[in-house]
Amino acid sequence: MRKIVSLFLSFALIMACSSSDGEPTEVADNFDRSAMLVNWADNIIIPSYEAYASAVADMKASTDAFTTQPSLTTLGELRNNWLQAYTAFQSVSMFEIGPAESVSLRNYTNIYPTDAAEIESFVASGDYNLTLPSTIDAQGFPALDYLLFGTADTDAEILVKLSSDSYSTYLSSLVDRIETLSSQVLSEWKGSYRDTFVSNSGSTASSSVNKLVNDFLFYYEKSLRAGKIGIPSGVFSSTPLSDRVEGLYSKEYSKGLFNASLNATINFFKGKHFESESTGESLEQYLRYLSELNSTEDLSVAIINQFEAAKSAVSQLNDNFYFQVESDNSKMLQAYDELQKNVILMKVDMFQKLNIRIDYVDADGD
Amino acid sequence: MAVFRIFFGLMMFFSIVRFWANGWIDKLYIQPKFFFSYYGFEWVKPLGLWTYGLFVICALSALAVAFGYRYKWAIISFFISFTYIELMDKTTYLNHYYFISLLSFLMMFLPANSYFSYDAFKRSEVRHQLIPRWTIDSIKLLLGIVYFYAGLAKLNSDWLINAMPLKIWLPGRYDLPLLGDLLQQEWVHYGFSWAGAAYDLAIPFLLLYRKTRPFAFVLVVVFHVLTRVLFPIGMFPYIMIVSSLIFFDASIHQRILSIVSRWAKIPFNHFANGNSLNQKTWDGRGFKRKLIVGFFALQLLLPFRHYLYPGELFWTEEGFRFSWRVMLMEKAGYANFKVVNKSTGERFYVDNTDFLTSFQEKQMSFQPDFILEYAHYLKEHFESQGHKNIGVYVESYVALNGRRSQPYINPEIDLTLQKESFKHKNWILPFNDEIKGL
Repeated sequence: MRKIVSLFLSFALIMACSSSDGEPTEVADNFDRSAMLVNWADNIIIPSYEAYASAVADMKASTDAFTTQPSLTTLGELRNNWLQAYTAFQSVSMFEIGPAESVSLRNYTNIYPTDAAEIESFVASGDYNLTLPSTIDAQGFPALDYLLFGTADTDAEILVKLSSDSYSTYLSSLVDRIETLSSQVLSEWKGSYRDTFVSNSGSTASSSVNKLVNDFLFYYEKSLRAGKIGIPSGVFSSTPLSDRVEGLYSKEYSKGLFNASLNATINFFKGKHFESESTGESLEQYLRYLSELNSTEDLSVAIINQFEAAKSAVSQLNDNFYFQVESDNSKMLQAYDELQKNVILMKVDMFQKLNIRIDYVDADGD
Repeated sequence: MAVFRIFFGLMMFFSIVRFWANGWIDKLYIQPKFFFSYYGFEWVKPLGLWTYGLFVICALSALAVAFGYRYKWAIISFFISFTYIELMDKTTYLNHYYFISLLSFLMMFLPANSYFSYDAFKRSEVRHQLIPRWTIDSIKLLLGIVYFYAGLAKLNSDWLINAMPLKIWLPGRYDLPLLGDLLQQEWVHYGFSWAGAAYDLAIPFLLLYRKTRPFAFVLVVVFHVLTRVLFPIGMFPYIMIVSSLIFFDASIHQRILSIVSRWAKIPFNHFANGNSLNQKTWDGRGFKRKLIVGFFALQLLLPFRHYLYPGELFWTEEGFRFSWRVMLMEKAGYANFKVVNKSTGERFYVDNTDFLTSFQEKQMSFQPDFILEYAHYLKEHFESQGHKNIGVYVESYVALNGRRSQPYINPEIDLTLQKESFKHKNWILPFNDEIKGL
C-alpha cells in the first residue's frame, strides 16, 4: 500500500509543482490571454502613452514660448496645447498599473478640484515641493486650468498676472513635473515593463489581466462615473457640487474631456488599436469566447449597448458641466444613471464570467 | 489517535504561522475600521495590537497539543483562541475554519494524550496504550459528516445539470501546465462536478471498510491535491488528507509513530504498557457522553435548517453557513447604499470603500445579514456626524452561478428599521429562477 501511496503522491506533486509550458496546440479552444495582454500593451497602452508624451512635449514647448514672450497669442497657443495634452491624458488615465502606479500618475496629474488658495500661496512664497503627496491638488492639469483661465476675470488680466516671474516660474514647474512623470512612465513601458506585463499572463490575483481589469473598473467607477459626473451632480452629497467639475475654470471643455475618457474606455473594452479602426484581443472578445463555450448569452453585447446609452445621455449635456449642474442637474443625474448600469454589468456580471479575483485570501468560493 | 493529535497540532501551528506570514492578521483584523459580527456574538471584537497576542496563544496551544504537553489545557486554550479568532469577523467565515473549531471542541473530551505525548511520558497515570473505541470513532463520524453533507449539498441542479460553478472557475485557471487547456472543455466541467459529488458521498464509506481503504486514501490524496492546485483554499486539503489517516487501524499508526520516535530519539516502548483506558472511570458522570451525543445530534440536524425558511437557499443564504456547503456557488454582488434624511428628503450615496475593505465589501454585497448590519453601522456613523432622521436604503444586484445580475434587496425598505433575528428576512427580493436540490 505504501508504494501505491508514494507513487500517487509523487504524481500529484509533479502535477502541482511543474512549471513547464503546456502544449498549446488548439489555440481556438482556449482564449489567448497572452495575446490580449500583447494587444493591450503594444496596440493600446504604449501608443496612448506615446501620444500623451508627445502632446506634453508640445505643451512644454509652448510654455517656454509663453514665458519667454508673454502675449495673448502665445497664451492662446499654450491653452490649446494644454487642452490637447489634457485630452490625451484621458486615454491613459485608466492604466494605473506598473510604472503609472508606482509614480501615482493619476494623483499627480489630474486631481480636482484644485486648491486655488494653495496655488496662490505657493506662487507667492516660491517655496514648494511638488513631489509631496500633500501638493497633489496644487499641480497637474487642473492646476494649470486654474492658472491659465482662473487667475483673473479677463484674458488681459490673466496675461498680466502670468507674465510676472512668480507665476511663470510656478507655471513652468507644473509643466515640467507633468513632463517628467509622463516620460518616466513611457520609458518604463518601452523598457522592461512591457515584457513584465505581458509575461505575467497567469490567472492569479496578481496577474496582469486581473490587475488591469480591476484598475480599469476602479477608473470607470471612481474617476469617470463619480469624479466627472457623480460628485458634481451631488450623488454622493446632499446637494450638487458644481465646483467639483473637471475643467472648472476653462468652463467649456468638461464635456470634451469626458467624451475623450469615455471613448478611451469603450475602445479599451473593444480592444481597438489606438487611433486606428482595427481591433485585437479584448474583454469583448474574451466574453464572446466564453459565451460560445458555454452556450450562454453574450454579455459584451449588453455592455456595449449600455455604453452607447451612456454616450447618448452625455451628448444631451452642455459643454460646460458647471453650467449644466447649476441650470438643469437632472440631465447630469440621467447621465450618471446610465453610466452606473455598466458598473453593475462589468463589476458583477463581467467579473464573475471572467472569474476575475478581487483579493488574495483563502475563500470557499461563496 | 496520537498520530492524529500530533499532525493536527502541527498543521494548526503551521496554519497560524502561514496566516501571520501572509500579513493577514494585520490586513483582516487590524486595518479594517469595522467588523461584521455573528448574531449573538457582537461582543467578540478584534483587540487591536493584542490580536497578535491572541494568535501567539493559539499557535503555542497548537504546538502544545502536538507534543501532548498539558494536553487538557492546551486543547481548551486552542479551542477558545481559535474560535475567538473566527468570531471576530464574519467576513472570513470558511467552512474549514468551522470544521477546526468543531474538531478542537470534540478533542477537548478525547484522551488524545494517552499515548506518545509529553504528558504520558512524564505521568504514568495518563499513559494508556488502548483507549475506548468510541473516542476514535467520534472523529471518524465528524469527518464523515463533513464529507457526506458536502456531497449532499452538491446534489442540486446548478451543480449537476449546469456544471456551475465549476464552469466559471475551471476555465479561469487557463495558466496551469497540463490542465489549462483541458479545463476549458465542457465535458471536464461536468466530469469534475459529478466526480466531486460522488467522491464526497462515497469517501466516508470507502474509508470505513477495510478492503477499500488503501484505494480510498489514494483518492483522498488525489482529490485534495487537485483542489489545492485549482482553488485558493489554503491549508484545508492537507488537513483533510492527514485527518483521513484516523480511519486506518492501529498498525499503520504504530509504524508512523515508530518512524517518528526513531527520528526524534524517543523511547517508543515507554508507552507500550498494555494499559487500556477504562471507559467508566474516564467517562465521569455520563455528562461527557450526553454532551458529545448532543453535539453530534446538532451537527446532523443543523445543515437542514434552511428548510425552515422560504425562498431559494443559494439566493437568501438563510441557513447556508455551518452546513458544509463547500465551494458550492459563485456569487457576486454590488450594493449601493443611499442615506436619506427622512424629514428633508436630502439624500446621498455612500462610498463603501470609506468604511469597508474590498474583501469585506465583496462579502457584504451578496449576504443579507451583512447588508443589514452595515446599514445600521452607516446610520450610527452618519448620526454621529450630525445628520438626523436617517434612513438607509440599498440598491443591490447579485449574480449567482453565471446568471445575469438581478436586483437583490428591496430598495424601498429602510434597513435601519429592520432587526437581525432568526426570522426570515422578507425584504430580500425573490429569485427569478429555480434551483432544484436537497
